[in-house]
Amino acid sequence: MKKTIFLFLSTLIFLSCTDNGPSGPDVDDFDREAILVNWADNIIIPSFQNFAAETEALKLASEIFSADPTLQNLTDLRSQWLDSYKAWQHVSMFEMGTVMNFRDYLNTYPTNANESSFNSDESKTIQNNIETGDYNLILPSSRNTQGFPALDYLLYGLADNDAELLSFYTTNDHADAYRAYVTDLTTRIDTLTDTVLDNWINGYRDEFVSNTGSGANSSFNMMVNDFIFYYEKHLRAGKIGIPAGATNISSGNPSPIHVEAYYSRNFSKILFMESLDSVQNFFNGSNFKSQQSGESLDDYLDYLKTMKEGTDLSTVINNQFEISREKAAVLNDNFVAQVDNDPFLMLATYDELQRNVVYLKVDMLQALNITPDYFDSDGD
Amino acid sequence: MNTKSIRSYFEKSTNAAPLAVFRIFFGLLMLISMIRFTANGWIEKLYIEPLLSFSYYGFEWVQPMGAYTYMIFLICAVSAIFVSLGYKYRIAIILFFLSFTYIELMDKTTYLNHYYFISILSFLMIFLPAHAYYSIDAFKNENLRSERVPAWTIDSIKFLLCIVYFYAGLAKLNSDWLFRAMPLQIWLPSKYSLPILGDLFQQQWTHFAFSWAGALYDLSIPFLLLIKRTRVLAFLLVVVFHLLTRVLFPIGMFPFIMIVSALIFFDADLHNKILGYISRILRISKETFDNATTYTFPKSWVKKASLSVISLFFAIQLLFPFRYMLYPGELFWTEEGYRFSWRVMLMEKTGYANFKVVNPENGLRFYIDNTQFLTPLQEKQMSTQPDFILEYARYLENHYKENGISNPEIYVESYVALNGRGSQLYVNPDVNLTTVDYSMNRQTWLMPFDDEIKGL
Repeated sequence: MKKTIFLFLSTLIFLSCTDNGPSGPDVDDFDREAILVNWADNIIIPSFQNFAAETEALKLASEIFSADPTLQNLTDLRSQWLDSYKAWQHVSMFEMGTVMNFRDYLNTYPTNANESSFNSDESKTIQNNIETGDYNLILPSSRNTQGFPALDYLLYGLADNDAELLSFYTTNDHADAYRAYVTDLTTRIDTLTDTVLDNWINGYRDEFVSNTGSGANSSFNMMVNDFIFYYEKHLRAGKIGIPAGATNISSGNPSPIHVEAYYSRNFSKILFMESLDSVQNFFNGSNFKSQQSGESLDDYLDYLKTMKEGTDLSTVINNQFEISREKAAVLNDNFVAQVDNDPFLMLATYDELQRNVVYLKVDMLQALNITPDYFDSDGD
Repeated sequence: MNTKSIRSYFEKSTNAAPLAVFRIFFGLLMLISMIRFTANGWIEKLYIEPLLSFSYYGFEWVQPMGAYTYMIFLICAVSAIFVSLGYKYRIAIILFFLSFTYIELMDKTTYLNHYYFISILSFLMIFLPAHAYYSIDAFKNENLRSERVPAWTIDSIKFLLCIVYFYAGLAKLNSDWLFRAMPLQIWLPSKYSLPILGDLFQQQWTHFAFSWAGALYDLSIPFLLLIKRTRVLAFLLVVVFHLLTRVLFPIGMFPFIMIVSALIFFDADLHNKILGYISRILRISKETFDNATTYTFPKSWVKKASLSVISLFFAIQLLFPFRYMLYPGELFWTEEGYRFSWRVMLMEKTGYANFKVVNPENGLRFYIDNTQFLTPLQEKQMSTQPDFILEYARYLENHYKENGISNPEIYVESYVALNGRGSQLYVNPDVNLTTVDYSMNRQTWLMPFDDEIKGL
């Protein structure tokens, strides 16, 4: 009997002492905190700082336009709106911190323009808000009457030509209200952005970086889940899939009204490309507006030596981002026209974006051992 | 062994204390489990909020009952108290078995081997005289009160525990577990934040050591517990093993249930000490129960029936885990015969299923947002298990029939990654799932598995 115990114990000891040499990951523990620091200090905060400067300028441009609604001031405001909207694409995926539903207030589209628009069953429309003066942009129910899509409507969608559009701000019965609404919207965007940035700088950054565990509520797991959620729901479906008719929202019919920046027409592809860049930059840890690249998911996957069909998973994912970008390059700058003329070309982009959902959500999540979405039930 | 010695084995009696201690702790742990489950808000989240529930084949009639679902949990918790006290024991354990099993059958999304273990253990306990000693029933009823019970009644619980461990060990004898250290190679590195172990978990030899030690533990622990000389060591191993798994994985109450269960392997001296201790605290006269009588079944047919049921029960327990051999294809891939066979923590399967609805009348097609119909947990389970995929496809078919598509076709583009292999197409994307039947060979509508896993 003693022999059995001895044999058993010595096997255990033997097993726990055998060193298989250099195979497997490096002995040095991969530093996940370095990823969190890189994300916070080199990507998230600089992107928000850049965005906050743009929204400040947007607010300013709207005030100049409201004070003096000339064609020149309209053109300036439009141009600043586009710059801000582009900067927005680099912060949209970062929903963490204390300000919740930030994204919904700034970019819910289709916007609820007037009674003939998409969500016309809802009583609150932009037109209604302006004409009655009865609105509160802080209420969740007002999300689809504010943000960039609402400005898109007010700066491009009110009329077919600029002269007619300007008349809403000059000679219209509610011209004062129109001018006030535009500044209310830009002020709301600017204030919300400042709140989020302030939260990140004063407190949340440290909380984010120090929450290094591996549980469902650790910064790393939550950020990766948020990242994939953004890619799947807002980039793939929101910008391409839903307008192209890939989803059950329009029962398979192309739906141009769901295009981002619907009223201005020519910027939907620019915004999509910005968003795709920001997603890929985040994956690679590329610092905001710089050639530098820090620790991120690509490095971690390389560390875990996850091989996929003979190539590194990080390479596979980056290649797939490139393929998606190439597919999208042939699309019309105006996605409304693209959806109207040839939705299938848009669906081809969707299919390529879809491939990366599989790589990110199946291969990457398995390699990182992160459960999709957080649910704290028991396992086996 | 001849018939005579078999007969004499079934005549043998032993001190009843181990069985009584087992009953008391089983009831208590079940009560705590129920309170914990409720306090975590899981009744709401798992059984009331979901729009649909995934049923076991043949048990489609077992469904959550809205707010009444709480009643089932209440019945389960109250019967656990009664079991622990040994009050109206038979009725209590039957109610416990029925309510607990009903809960498990409501939605297979929450299937865990642990829950299955509790179900079958409580079924077994229906036929055991666990209330003959140190119970309210025995206190009230002098005819029932017995210091000794047939030895086989305690042995049957030991036997069930041995099956669980040994079969879990057998299931680990496959090439992924032993030679690729999968899935521990995926799971352990992510526990980097644990002190000391966190760094060890980054090294491949640790993954192999844990895999082999785990398999060896499962295969040997039944024998080490049965043999008297190794018992204390074995119990220490049980404690260390289960506490370690508790630290590493979210497995709830199970480690404590297994640690307490393993106590049944010890001699009655220990259990009498435990009961003596409880008696001193609660001022119960333990001596009342020490009456030197041996429990006899009220009627001989009850004994015969109990033994027959238990024999049949164990025959099924021994054979059922091997049913996978009747199905073609890789078990880990098709999962035909995977459940109810002690395949615990054996694989890491990650999946993604993108359902496509086609309206054949106008050719329009669109993809489904699964979060619209499923909870995150349901979506996770659905995306890697063929029976879930089929059941969900049926649900979508009916949903769109009610919503204007008279004859919808349902396809799925699904990818699954198994134990660190790259993602691979899972279901054949060209198969209209509304034409697939549960009884059909899964290989006809699943894509073939690109690799081979050798072993049991």
